[in-house]
Amino acid sequence: MRNTFAEVLYDLAKDDPRIHIVVADISPAGSMGKFREEFPERFINVGVAEQAMIGICAGLALKGMRPFAYTIATFSLYRPFEMVRDDLGYQNLPVTVVGIGGGVIYSTLGGTHYAQEDIAIAGAIPNMSIIAPCDPVEATEATKWLVNREGGGPVYFRFGKAGEPTLTGPDSDPWEFGKLRYLRKGEDVAVLSYGVVTKMAAEVADALTADGNSVSLAVCHTLKPLDTEGIANLLRRHKRVIVVEEHAPQGGLAPQTKQIAWDIRAECDLHTFTLKDEFVHCYGSHEDILAAHGLSTERILATVRT
Amino acid sequence: MTAKPGHNSFDPTDSRKRCMKYRKRILDISQNVSALHAAGAFSCMELTDTCYHGLMRPDGQDTFLMSKGHGCMAQYVILEDRGVLEKKHLDEYCTPHGILGAHPDYGNPGIEASTGSLGHGMAMAVGMAVAERNKAGGAADAGAVYCVLSDGEVQEGSTWEAFMMASTLGLTNLVALIDNNDFQSLGRTSETHPSFYPLDEKLEAFGWETVIVNGHDADAVYSAVASRKGGKPFCLIGRTTKGKGVSYMENVPIWHYRSPSPDEYKQALAELKEIAS
Repeated sequence: MRNTFAEVLYDLAKDDPRIHIVVADISPAGSMGKFREEFPERFINVGVAEQAMIGICAGLALKGMRPFAYTIATFSLYRPFEMVRDDLGYQNLPVTVVGIGGGVIYSTLGGTHYAQEDIAIAGAIPNMSIIAPCDPVEATEATKWLVNREGGGPVYFRFGKAGEPTLTGPDSDPWEFGKLRYLRKGEDVAVLSYGVVTKMAAEVADALTADGNSVSLAVCHTLKPLDTEGIANLLRRHKRVIVVEEHAPQGGLAPQTKQIAWDIRAECDLHTFTLKDEFVHCYGSHEDILAAHGLSTERILATVRT
Repeated sequence: MTAKPGHNSFDPTDSRKRCMKYRKRILDISQNVSALHAAGAFSCMELTDTCYHGLMRPDGQDTFLMSKGHGCMAQYVILEDRGVLEKKHLDEYCTPHGILGAHPDYGNPGIEASTGSLGHGMAMAVGMAVAERNKAGGAADAGAVYCVLSDGEVQEGSTWEAFMMASTLGLTNLVALIDNNDFQSLGRTSETHPSFYPLDEKLEAFGWETVIVNGHDADAVYSAVASRKGGKPFCLIGRTTKGKGVSYMENVPIWHYRSPSPDEYKQALAELKEIAS
């Protein structure tokens, strides 16, 4: 996903001198290296100085540029939080804060590298939008939108890392900022997710389809502004809705979906699966850490099949 | 590509007259509100005046950033004098029907960035200077950025991150002016944090050209910036007095925020005079 992002940004930067990338000592692998070589005056490495990364992006944007701050999610959002809030949110500047490895993707690096509450934190800032693509195709669509949009404020762009499978296809609804999209449409059950963990949601949808259900799979790539109407319609159209989310139980998609369900007096069954409100002290694959938080295809199926 | 100052005819006599007028205007506004940061504004009055009337080119290509947001009264009265802000904007300072608050708010006329939380301005100034340099294709006449900082906010780690980046990026179109009044809320900095000094040597070690001058001597401030060697970002450390111009405000921490009573206001007006140095 991050390589796709760098490739798209490199291509757009050839014709758009507003694009600047400000990184905090993260290796410029793949196309990021090409950007650095070809546009050195627009590639800034602040070193391990994330507050400067955000402040410099703000200054660039105040002078009409389209900067992208780029590092691991915990360091792009948490470390310089007040700069994100004041410099970007308060001034409402078109800066994209890229958080690589949102959720618990850095599964061997421990709690210091888990951005497991990032949606709640970014979402609490006025003017801040949040996009979390589920696969490299969505990352491409979102990156193009981020560069070409008219005006607009800051965006927290929650990313995976590398090697994510492509989940969207020609039958998926088109990508549109702020709109939930169906990757497939069914009648009985809807599985709703976003970001890298959508792969697990797709496995749940596959298994429930094999059980004989007619299953929708929808992704909510824009977490803020949330597509309240799209979620309300999804809740109305299905008998059972399952939300799968790689995020703390507070402030993410799951509690907001419950809120919408209450507001519209939804009649469907609603199951939500999120990370725990805990730091888990466990190391392994991404799947291992998700499982330690209670997120696995097997557990979800065991719960929703009863 | 060291940016050249804008006015070859900067007249310190005029600056002294203006700064006295500005201090009076700030005292006038103070009588409408319970609190404003008069002492911090008086401290950076000459530094700010020299930027606007001496250093910045008149066609608007240079940028002023008040990183010490609580000093914004000094900026507001200059912007009013230059016709960027209207009289009513200042008369309605800190009222619900006005637009100006106790810290600069981006979007208001003449305000290039929102500040108020300390330690934010320097990095934004660095980003602005990069943008100006890139827009000019690296040309020598790229827009310059003048950033006034408090000495207190030089204690913020974020300010040092930005200092490091300014020299790393070779930003010769960036000028920082530190309002070194040596006072912060809990006392005199040279006593509470002696290792804060020497400031010039620290900045030089971070790749900056520096100079220390009397920050109330507009002539010295202008000359020091105008005659800098260049090739590096430039920092002028202005030795200043918090509350400069009103005896009972000078170096008394409560005047960081308080507005004078009517009697104190009268005394202040009686005391105000042109500050020679």
